[in-house]
Amino acid sequence: MTKPISVASKTKQIVKKHGNSKSAMIAVLQDIQEAFNYLPKEALKTAAKAMNVPMSRVYEAATFYTAFSLKPRGKHIVKICKGTACHVRGASILQDRFETTLGIKPGQTTTDGKFSLETVNCVGACALGPVVVIDTDYHGQLTVNKVDKIIKKINEEGA
Amino acid sequence: MNENSDIQAHEILDNLTLFYGPKKKFVAICAGTGCRASGSLKVKEALEAELKKQNMNDVDVLATGCLGFCEKGPMVVIHPDKYFYQHVKVEDVPEIVSKTVANGEVISRLVYRHPETKKTLYREDDLPFYKKQHRIVFGQNGMLDPSKIEAYFNINGYQALAKALSEMTPDQVISEVKKAGLRGRGGGGFHAAVKWEGVRRAHGDPKYVIANGDEGDPGAYMDRSLMEGNPHSVIEGMIIGAYAVGSNQGYIYVRNEYPLAVEHLTIAIAAARENGLLGKNILGTDFSFDIHINKGAGAFVCGESSALFASIEGRAGEPRAKYVHAVEKGLYDKPTVLNNVETWANVPLIINKGADWYASIGTEGSKGTKIFSLVGKINNTGLIEVPMGTTLYEIIYDMGGGIPNGRKFKAVQTGGPSGGCIPESLLDIPVDFDKLYEVGSMMGSGGMIVMDDTSCMVDVARYFLEFLKEESCGKCVPCREGIRRMSDILEDICAGRGKEGDIELLETMGAAIADGSLCALGGSAPNPVLSTIRYFREEYETHIKEHRCPAGVCKALITYSIDAEKCTGCGVCVKVCATQAITGEKKKAHVIDKDKCTRCGACIQSCKFDAINVK
Amino acid sequence: MVNMIIDGKDVSAKKDTMLLEAIRGAGIAVPTLCAHESISRSGACRLCVVEIKKGNRTRIVTSCLYGVEDGLIVNTQSPRVQNVRRLVMELLLARCPESDVLRKMAREMGVEPQARYAADQDKGKCILCRSCVRVCEEVVGVSAIGLFSRGSYKEVGTPYHEKSDVCIGCGACVYVCPTGHIEMLSTGDKRKIWGRTFKMQTCDKCGKHFAPVDQLKFISKKTGVPFKNLTTCTECR
Repeated sequence: MTKPISVASKTKQIVKKHGNSKSAMIAVLQDIQEAFNYLPKEALKTAAKAMNVPMSRVYEAATFYTAFSLKPRGKHIVKICKGTACHVRGASILQDRFETTLGIKPGQTTTDGKFSLETVNCVGACALGPVVVIDTDYHGQLTVNKVDKIIKKINEEGA
Repeated sequence: MNENSDIQAHEILDNLTLFYGPKKKFVAICAGTGCRASGSLKVKEALEAELKKQNMNDVDVLATGCLGFCEKGPMVVIHPDKYFYQHVKVEDVPEIVSKTVANGEVISRLVYRHPETKKTLYREDDLPFYKKQHRIVFGQNGMLDPSKIEAYFNINGYQALAKALSEMTPDQVISEVKKAGLRGRGGGGFHAAVKWEGVRRAHGDPKYVIANGDEGDPGAYMDRSLMEGNPHSVIEGMIIGAYAVGSNQGYIYVRNEYPLAVEHLTIAIAAARENGLLGKNILGTDFSFDIHINKGAGAFVCGESSALFASIEGRAGEPRAKYVHAVEKGLYDKPTVLNNVETWANVPLIINKGADWYASIGTEGSKGTKIFSLVGKINNTGLIEVPMGTTLYEIIYDMGGGIPNGRKFKAVQTGGPSGGCIPESLLDIPVDFDKLYEVGSMMGSGGMIVMDDTSCMVDVARYFLEFLKEESCGKCVPCREGIRRMSDILEDICAGRGKEGDIELLETMGAAIADGSLCALGGSAPNPVLSTIRYFREEYETHIKEHRCPAGVCKALITYSIDAEKCTGCGVCVKVCATQAITGEKKKAHVIDKDKCTRCGACIQSCKFDAINVK
Repeated sequence: MVNMIIDGKDVSAKKDTMLLEAIRGAGIAVPTLCAHESISRSGACRLCVVEIKKGNRTRIVTSCLYGVEDGLIVNTQSPRVQNVRRLVMELLLARCPESDVLRKMAREMGVEPQARYAADQDKGKCILCRSCVRVCEEVVGVSAIGLFSRGSYKEVGTPYHEKSDVCIGCGACVYVCPTGHIEMLSTGDKRKIWGRTFKMQTCDKCGKHFAPVDQLKFISKKTGVPFKNLTTCTECR
């Protein structure tokens, strides 16, 4: 068994991979998020030091871009496309249903840590609107009637 | 300069190209994001297995980029006859191989049927969706597997680069692009050659070349489809541009939401390096250039040049005042050419076929073609490429096949959050940069979201302002605070809290926000509101004065009821209603409790008898 | 020198200066909130906008960032300029209803609060001009504070709203803040700012608590002057 790697050393590895360069900040944050599923405070502090950038600048970037999360996210990420094409085809109705079914608002995670709900401005699959992306699966021309079934299926697969 | 470089570049490329001989027969299966979502990768695997099983090793399966007609995915085009099959399933594959691929026999259940004439149309080019298109840029998608550089060689890939490097001086390249009249496809429609000339002349070293693949406009996905479907065309365009301006380093800034684009660009860049098309001494000349991919992290404002530079430099994407232009002080304060993905993809065409050919397509002020994403309430949704100057009517009715479910056209939204809504009375306008601007909208990156009479224009304005409120970087006061206040007022109007004078206030605010904002995001943010007020003022007034939403969209202003004549009492709506607002005996007309009803729309979507009324 | 016409007057200004300076140099008042002489300019508040004419083209620019140009025709009071300034003031009044500075400025400009905007209760007096963030980075050199999130959620503060371990308690941010948003409390030998309490150095001679110990340590480290040479206040030195 390999020893679990600490947040700090993993972060240092990531920063090193990008040449300790502060211009790679966005890529570093993306890699940190990929490694931990969110941006842990310790990772940001370690990265700031390793890149020789003030923590305030790192935190500015981490809070500016919507792809970054400062809180741990759920096992499954439900992304509701709010693009114009999806909007005119009823994306907000879908959003309502996901909110009711999961009992959370966008930006939140269910208490069991299974699902996070997010909205995204456009996933670029406009012809299939309304679209919901769950993890890496695209669900096109989705109707409210299917929402509960999809969530149930994921729950069963995970169990 | 290497004396033999002119002969060399061509020779080297010819050798590369000779290495890979094209096969005659191939089956193209769309593997763009849309068709993947509809299951095209499974169909692709089945096709490969079936061809092997039936011993047809001389036939290739090409997993291509987006073919445009996303509505009909997964779609398969069988070459050389170009038979077009739609909604193809894994079960259809054995028959496709044994009948069509082997014997050229058409399977009628898979072909396209004209919705009006009911005539079956076999070939891709016969479909009304494709017929009037002029796919000089986007058409290449259907001919190649984007993960294979040899496929690009097969369609004369990198010939334009060889020509530019060996037969043309940088100034000649710029003047060719200038003569072609190429304008930026990303938004403002700035002349590409003017930027290039500026950077060529600017003092400062190094110089940078950037492809903007941030495609932030919701409802637009042509850049995605080019990066995914034909990455080498973008890369080739950039190398030619870099040669013209004297740059050795390029960046492609790709939206966070486009993982497949990143994957295909990464493969393409590596292959180009391996073949000596990127890196040191490209095609044996003394010109060197390389490209780095930067992923965005979710910020619409990063489509704005100075914000995009900030993001590549590793900071929050805040724009700065641009009184010194990017051609002089761009990325890292160095001279920078920034063009969008589609613009770059046009460059090899211009070099290959010449400026005169290119300039013969389009209108007086807008040359060439433009790719649009035709989406929303329209029958044929997908990506289309048409000559500049094609009318909105042709696009929406001839190619788009009109409005579904017999509903009435209301407006088409172009230009994303910076654009506006164009009403029916203007459907005859030829679409180009200047005309769209004239009618209060914009080309933007090419989104066309069609709306019918069930779309509320106040709600559309509210939607865009909410979008922009979230996306404003928050640096300057008019944009950060002004958009928020406009959004609040629109929210009020949609909720029945609109006040007399709101329309006039929105107009005044809009003018001042447009004038006072620091960057183009704020500068154009009021457009969705101003254009809907301009063409649909009555609809605003009905919301404010009568507390009614004529389109039946704004939840606070509508009620649901069941048409007792149409209701069969099947009970489907009862099951889908999340708030138990619907009751009734089986096989008898049901009723909706208006107090419990949240107007979520679930019942409407599930009712097969059109029995739910919205008023 | 560069020659321009500003509000109908011939004005000449030194090359490489900004319009704002040229206009004020000509005795014409221009309101600003975010332009401070000790820090770089961001163009965030937009109050200093003016209308310029070059050839046939007219446009609105921020005078604090726009360099002077020969032949420029500048209008500092055009209707478009006034509309932008009025909007900015109305928006700021709604954001920071408690700010005396803004109220006074609005009165002088003849701007009333816009009744249609519900006044914010949670923004304090901060107009997000970023002067504090810039002074902390550019002048002090510690970058203890930043601007977080974006759009209408944007806020100024320390990362995670935690006590900053790089802040030296110098109070430069308080000094440049145009509206008095940043709180700094001094009691006895303690100073509290951005949630952190600093111990103040007592002057060797007069006994006054004159600067945070952390600030003096920072100066000592930066300049190489021994700490013990810094424990006298400027007045007694």
